[in-house]
Amino acid sequence: MTITFRLNGETISLADYAPTATLLDWLREERGLTGTKEGCNEGDCGACTVMVTDAQGAKPLNACILFLPQLHGKSIRTVEGVAGPDGQLHPVQSAMITHHGSQCGFCTPGFVMSMVTAHTNGAQDYDDQLAGNLCRCTGYAPIIRAAEAAEAAPVPDWLNEPRNFLLPEISRGRAEGPGAEPPNTDMRAEPPIMDNRAEPPKINMRAETLASDNPSLRPQSSDQLAAAYAARPDATLIAGATDVGLWVTKQLRDLDDVIFLDGCDDLKTIDTLPDGSLRFGAMVDMNRLRDALATRHPSYGEMLRRFASQQVRAAATIGGNIANGSPIGDNPPALIALDARVHLRQGDSRRSLPLEELFLDYGKQDRNPGEFVEAITLPPQPQMQPDAPPDTQPDQLRIYKLSKRFDQDISAVLGAFNITLDDGRIATARIAFGGMAGVPKRAPHVEAALIGQPWSQATISAAQGAFARDFTPMSDMRASADYRLAAAANMLARYYDDLGQTQTPTHVLEVR
Amino acid sequence: MAVAKPLPHDAAHLHVTGQARYVDDIPTPRGTLHLAFGLSSEAHGEITAMDLSAVRASPDVVAVLTAQDLPFDNDVSPAAHDEPLLATGTVHYVGQPVFLVVAHSHRAARVAARRAQITYAPRPALLTLEAALAADSRFEDGPRIYQKGDAAAALAAAAHVVEDSFEIGGQEHFYLEGQAALAQPQEDGGMLVNSSTQHPTEIQHKVAEAIGLPMHAVRVETRRMGGGFGGKESQGNALAVACAIAARATGQTCKMRYDRDDDMTITGKRHAFRISYRAGFDDDGHLLGVEFTHLVDCGWAQDLSLPVADRAMLHSDNAYLIPAIRIESHRLKTNRQSATAYRGFGGPQGMLGIERMMDHAAHHLGLDPVVLRQRNYYASAAEIAGGTDEHIDTPPRAQTEAQANRQPNSHTDNTTPYGQLVEDFELHGLTEQLLQSADYAARKADIADWNARHDRLKRGIAFSPVKFGISFTLTHLNQAGALVHVYQDGSVHLNHGGTEMGQGLFQKVAQVAASRFGISLDKVKITATDTAKVPNTSATAASSGSDLNGMAVKAACDTIRDRMAQHLAEQYQQPLSAVRFVDDQVQIGAETLSFEEAAMACYTGRISLSSTGFYKTPKLEWDRIQGKGRPFFYFAYGAAITEVVIDRLTGENRILRADMLHDAGASLNPALDIGQVEGAYVQGAGWLTTEELVWDQQGTLRTHAPATYKIPACSDRPDVFNVALWKGENREDSIYRSKAVGEPPFMLGISAWLALSDALRAVGPAYPALNAPATAEEIWRACRRVTADHKTDQTGATSDGD
Repeated sequence: MTITFRLNGETISLADYAPTATLLDWLREERGLTGTKEGCNEGDCGACTVMVTDAQGAKPLNACILFLPQLHGKSIRTVEGVAGPDGQLHPVQSAMITHHGSQCGFCTPGFVMSMVTAHTNGAQDYDDQLAGNLCRCTGYAPIIRAAEAAEAAPVPDWLNEPRNFLLPEISRGRAEGPGAEPPNTDMRAEPPIMDNRAEPPKINMRAETLASDNPSLRPQSSDQLAAAYAARPDATLIAGATDVGLWVTKQLRDLDDVIFLDGCDDLKTIDTLPDGSLRFGAMVDMNRLRDALATRHPSYGEMLRRFASQQVRAAATIGGNIANGSPIGDNPPALIALDARVHLRQGDSRRSLPLEELFLDYGKQDRNPGEFVEAITLPPQPQMQPDAPPDTQPDQLRIYKLSKRFDQDISAVLGAFNITLDDGRIATARIAFGGMAGVPKRAPHVEAALIGQPWSQATISAAQGAFARDFTPMSDMRASADYRLAAAANMLARYYDDLGQTQTPTHVLEVR
Repeated sequence: MAVAKPLPHDAAHLHVTGQARYVDDIPTPRGTLHLAFGLSSEAHGEITAMDLSAVRASPDVVAVLTAQDLPFDNDVSPAAHDEPLLATGTVHYVGQPVFLVVAHSHRAARVAARRAQITYAPRPALLTLEAALAADSRFEDGPRIYQKGDAAAALAAAAHVVEDSFEIGGQEHFYLEGQAALAQPQEDGGMLVNSSTQHPTEIQHKVAEAIGLPMHAVRVETRRMGGGFGGKESQGNALAVACAIAARATGQTCKMRYDRDDDMTITGKRHAFRISYRAGFDDDGHLLGVEFTHLVDCGWAQDLSLPVADRAMLHSDNAYLIPAIRIESHRLKTNRQSATAYRGFGGPQGMLGIERMMDHAAHHLGLDPVVLRQRNYYASAAEIAGGTDEHIDTPPRAQTEAQANRQPNSHTDNTTPYGQLVEDFELHGLTEQLLQSADYAARKADIADWNARHDRLKRGIAFSPVKFGISFTLTHLNQAGALVHVYQDGSVHLNHGGTEMGQGLFQKVAQVAASRFGISLDKVKITATDTAKVPNTSATAASSGSDLNGMAVKAACDTIRDRMAQHLAEQYQQPLSAVRFVDDQVQIGAETLSFEEAAMACYTGRISLSSTGFYKTPKLEWDRIQGKGRPFFYFAYGAAITEVVIDRLTGENRILRADMLHDAGASLNPALDIGQVEGAYVQGAGWLTTEELVWDQQGTLRTHAPATYKIPACSDRPDVFNVALWKGENREDSIYRSKAVGEPPFMLGISAWLALSDALRAVGPAYPALNAPATAEEIWRACRRVTADHKTDQTGATSDGD
């Protein structure tokens, strides 16, 4: 299929490319745009950060694990494309010079792009905005000073990107920008890998036609996805590619059959259902999930802040984080503590089950060939008031993420606690962990030791002894087994401290 | 004058616009080939069979080379000749290059490299310091021992003795730009090499050996590195040599860059140490005698391990005058990556040894840790000159019983364990100023109060000083060359032997050149380091870059300037003393020429406007076997105070505030120097907190990518981060009286580790006995240690009373 996107203001159409070619390699090797750097090739250092604008706005993404088909219909800015037409620097670039924000300079283009994106969006939480950009020289302080110095300057005119450039241009039958090929001229090129070739498209085609010229490679709806995946259950589904990207760049796998999900807009919805449940389509990314949950469950929002960098959160999806079945994904235990259900679809048949039942064993899920995660739903919490606004709802959920580094690190242990009280006694308890077993797993013995007991230090202490009955964690490079077990049990003690008070800090991140 | 101005990095504009070129960004000719190594999967073993047919059959592969295919020397070691480019029969660590793939693309080479079928007969692998010591697997015949006085006797007579043993982990450099090299074959069999290296001359040397030609046939150019930190002092040899061999074999330009996982798996890291100490004190906390034992994990090849281990010994005193000391250093050979240079070059490990010991002693003696340190400082320059220093918080020594154990007049002995007189000690005044500016006393009281009110979270605060010796301990390396041209239009071409890795060396040296000619900086063109312009250079290492190259550039500029002055004085019939170079002009008595006019006048007067410059550091004399002499031209100083908070439930911890004051002498560029201090502190704190290297039972490094190896991220820098430069100037005649600044501030990060130890004191009574790195897990373990029964305290000290 032909893909069309804007690169630094120029419209590009590509017909001849490998579907798992990365934007980074294409920029550096095909376009000679070597400002975008490869630091790790796995989305962890941010040296390859570019700004991508789509219908949802501008976001920073790691070009090293971004496949070209994921760019269809989007606008990309690289470090070469943020200065003005006469070479005038973006305010962020000027400030980086004035404030000595670069030393060796290798991470600098990635920082500049994260900072330009933050500046464009008016974001000023720089520790969070820049969590996905590693710098080994400066100690970050001068970079932050530069970001602060630039924040008052207006967004330069030359950086205005259309949020959805493809639709109007295609309907006019032409593309804009210097050197741009009208996208329809390349449409006759043969799709690179598919056998069922689409008919040559017509001039003045509609956007849907263009984008769906190969619905089995890049379906435009969950129906198309269901049909394609049912027909090719061995295909690899690619949502945000923050995990699959590494299969290609690190495991060097050749994925010869792939289905890109980012065209399925109907999987990107967030809905409130009549019973008060929240329904998240599988393609909801982590930043949107965070926005949707942070008010209702601040602790979930904080976990998602630390879940990964801006770049990864902007790409990673809730469906992907569940479907890859990792025992150290952060969402599954948190969702299990909220009694989430997962909705699966295979062709036209659908089923749903409690999320905790999806994970059967390490690397093994209750998911059939050709079946995919369509959505998750969160039921209303037991003590919720149906008509009260979200920020006044009682919220008993606390999530504790334990990792070597606070930001952009995989959890050694992630504990999610959700306990309700009735007249001073524990009425319900949902406690789930990541990193403690081969799957995201509840703590049934701990829960049993709590339910029906008075909410007291003595109850907590007694329940801590039950952790060893629920978990036999392993030792690895993130943590050793005895530490994992003790830290998990100690999280219950922290939870006891946490509930019902906000004055005393219970986490080192709360100390200023 | 251009020196002393806080100018931005010379390439800052190129950095922020993406135009700065690194090796992998250099446009290459059509047909450029790409290389990847096939790696050993065994920590130690004989290769019994190697089937590379699938590698050769892999798409886009051009050639596959093994040790047998190498035409000349198969060696990429910096000195010991013990590090083959490709393994010869035996492999010594997981990740050792065994064969070389040459392919049409980087990915094709990487894919092919994984398709080998290699069979090994495993041999016992030495994966721990114990195992290496037990097997007597070491470099050099036995331990190296430096001593001063009779430490055993001093310890036997001491009223108080503390002793312990602790682990210091290594550290991955994590330069953002991985190792990379590019070799283009020349018309006469020679080779042009672009390398991301701190040591172009060594690249030239190793490439010449590998292709069997004299050094004159190889030209190495290095414009910049995307970070080095010592990791590109010797570790780039393999890539450059591989490229040259493949380029020679194929006639094509060849490029090699390590994927990050390969980079971390193949290349060396900071040396891990175990340090044991025994220290004797009198009742007032005066150090009487110390014994250190260093077990050094050098990995499988010698690389730079001997001078690294030496430098650790040379920093075992840090800032403290020790009447009697014995340091024993075992350089152990293990089946891991060959540990290499890393910012501080062993100094940080040696320094951490005595700072851990002082921390332990303060706990044991119930003394304020700052007072204990100040009490044991070397004497200031004023004191050794016979004057009294202004402010030392020390009880009159005549009143202490310890007096008998010290030298009759302690000020007559102000020598290090290796016999160098400390003549420039700045830390008395520097410490006082930092304690004031950081409001240490009040904050310490506030923290105690806060800790009393918080059960699970505890804060801590700590001070640590740095005294770091400046010069290569291999004395002959302390030399540098420069090449300067003044063109007839008055523009200046500047070249020297130092390399730019982000530290701002090029800018500092350009500031020197501009100042010598009295011209503005935009007239000076900084050019890539090039072995064809300046030969026989030393690595840009040991913090020496601006000291050595600044002086060499000064010499070259002054030669040209003096020739110009001579000519102009004659032409205008003025005495030589009447010629002045200032404000982009040359004044000759009452006449004033622009610098451009002066250059043109000299050109037409047939004056040579090109010169080399040379510098060698004076006063050095060092016997590394005896451990006696003056290895260092001078010392650089600094101090830091860090405040942290820990969670005793999980061990999670973070830095809240850091204040530091650092001695850069009369800074050549305060902005760049502050940048070095800030960055070094965060890197040093990372080494001691989150940066943990983990190998599995088979000797495979499990932390080989940023997903698993965690350098500090943005939010890990201190919330409050106050960095200032000490106002002073080098007492030695260095370039504009500045001081080296690359490595010394790295050790300011030790204060973060000590602050964690301080916070742990609020958790329980026993000494925390921290190891490094103090990950959350290590802090959690320490919480259990401090609250355990005193009988289980392994410190060997009597029950602690504070």
